[in-house]
Amino acid sequence: MSARYDRAITVFSPDGHLFQVEYAQEAVKKGSTAVGIRGKDIVVLGVEKKSVAKLQEERTVRKICVLDEHVCMAFAGEKLYRKSPECSVVSVNAHTFIHHTYLSPGLTADARIVINRARVECQSHRLTVEDPVTVEYITRYIATLKQRYTQSNGRRPFGISALIVGFDYDGTPRLYQTDPSGTYHAWKANAIGRSAKTVREFLEKNYTEEAIAGDNEAIKLAIKALLEVVQSGGKNIELAIIRRNQPLKILEASEIETLVAEIEKEKEEEAEKKKQKKSS
Amino acid sequence: MALLDVCGISDWLKEDGFNAKAASVDKVNHFSFAARTPEFAVPVGVDPAKFLKPLTDNEDGVNGVKLELEHGTTTLAFKFQHGVMVAVDSRASAGSYISSQTCKKVIEINPYLLGTMSGSAADCMYWERVLAKECRIYKLRNKERISVSAASKLLANMMVGYRGMGLSMGSMICGWDKKGPGLYYVDDNAVRLSANMFSTGSGNCYAYGVMDSGYRYDLSVPEAYDLAQRAVFHATHRDAYSGGTVNIYHMQEKGWIKVSHENVEELYHRFAAEKK
Repeated sequence: MSARYDRAITVFSPDGHLFQVEYAQEAVKKGSTAVGIRGKDIVVLGVEKKSVAKLQEERTVRKICVLDEHVCMAFAGEKLYRKSPECSVVSVNAHTFIHHTYLSPGLTADARIVINRARVECQSHRLTVEDPVTVEYITRYIATLKQRYTQSNGRRPFGISALIVGFDYDGTPRLYQTDPSGTYHAWKANAIGRSAKTVREFLEKNYTEEAIAGDNEAIKLAIKALLEVVQSGGKNIELAIIRRNQPLKILEASEIETLVAEIEKEKEEEAEKKKQKKSS
Repeated sequence: MALLDVCGISDWLKEDGFNAKAASVDKVNHFSFAARTPEFAVPVGVDPAKFLKPLTDNEDGVNGVKLELEHGTTTLAFKFQHGVMVAVDSRASAGSYISSQTCKKVIEINPYLLGTMSGSAADCMYWERVLAKECRIYKLRNKERISVSAASKLLANMMVGYRGMGLSMGSMICGWDKKGPGLYYVDDNAVRLSANMFSTGSGNCYAYGVMDSGYRYDLSVPEAYDLAQRAVFHATHRDAYSGGTVNIYHMQEKGWIKVSHENVEELYHRFAAEKK
């Protein structure tokens, strides 16, 4: 006899909230920060790379994933195991979540499912329509998938928000963000995860036409944004870029170090200038 | 459960139960039309493909009965420097009876897409209207018109599901999209080809003869109109299953226009006069 789920878990509260979706959004807020920037000829994704345990292979932790040659995404969400000193238990129906305040790379398992489905859809689209997906199309697909999981029996929402970047067939750069409720929006620059608000405020102040005038400038803006919230600087940042008509490139640690050094230098020069102005 | 199986109710229950395959929760793909689970409109208890195979494939058929599914018509289309020319006849025949001389064999899917029909009138009209519906839905979902290759792919995928079950359709999907002029031939066997020139139907060999002798990519517009018209006319002259009027469409960058519809009788007299 097949087990049949006859009750939905995500249901409305008396005052109109979908608590499971909101809890999922809380889970997202605890994940590590990711930032996305849409330049003129480049799109940049940066994520906070948490330090791995001593015996863990670093390369198995990847938060920036390729969906197709011209589209990639980064996600934020919270991993759900490993007790830590501060622990709270939330029980919903038959499921028990253990929240912890320690940062860890996202609900990677949820993200894996979404990414797999998105990758298949990208190829399926190429097969039926003979054209690569537009970034909007694959974002819409992921968002629809997430929404279905907020409205069906026996399922909980996906606990991830995603930043999806890429170039359309006609060369337009795009950046989209989805959240666990299944909504999606286009952005010029955005951040998700821990301290997303701080990063977004930084971006709102500093995303100007000149700030994204060139590829290098856009990359530096992403690094600067992440440096606002990442401790211990460049070695905790993972950066990926897509240039028009080129595949995804993940920057080497050395390249990031160089860029961080440039940023530091520019900061010092700015401070010097200000000092001189004051004294004169 | 065993008891339910014996009663034959478990089949129905399977529909009600949470079936991962059938659940619309998992199916986000918008390109599986007709149903979330592939359903085919076929008679219950009969496998159409198995039923039809001996009737069409064997030399002698079954008990002396052999079915030949012909496409009684002439349609043609060719690409040239100024777009795509589409020309069709307008005769519908049921055996040796001419059921209509004024049949519309071109379906206007949208201002930038045309589909021609040859074969079984019912099959063509039905499936091309389903295609038109899918094209409209595509435009609503994606805020841009569907490409010619995608539209022809959708039609070919529809045909694949019913392969061997006796559909009869030979269609050319013509249009102008972001990649320029497009021309695809789609068949009831789910053959899908792209080329500069096609002709379908029982009169296609006559049309090919005329087209091949006059075709150049750099035809001017009046020359192309004339070539398309002559090709279909000569096919109607020799093929019993083609006739009526010759309908010509021209697919341009800003959409298709209907060029002319002339009765083959008048064309005959006009071409005969030219010979003198």
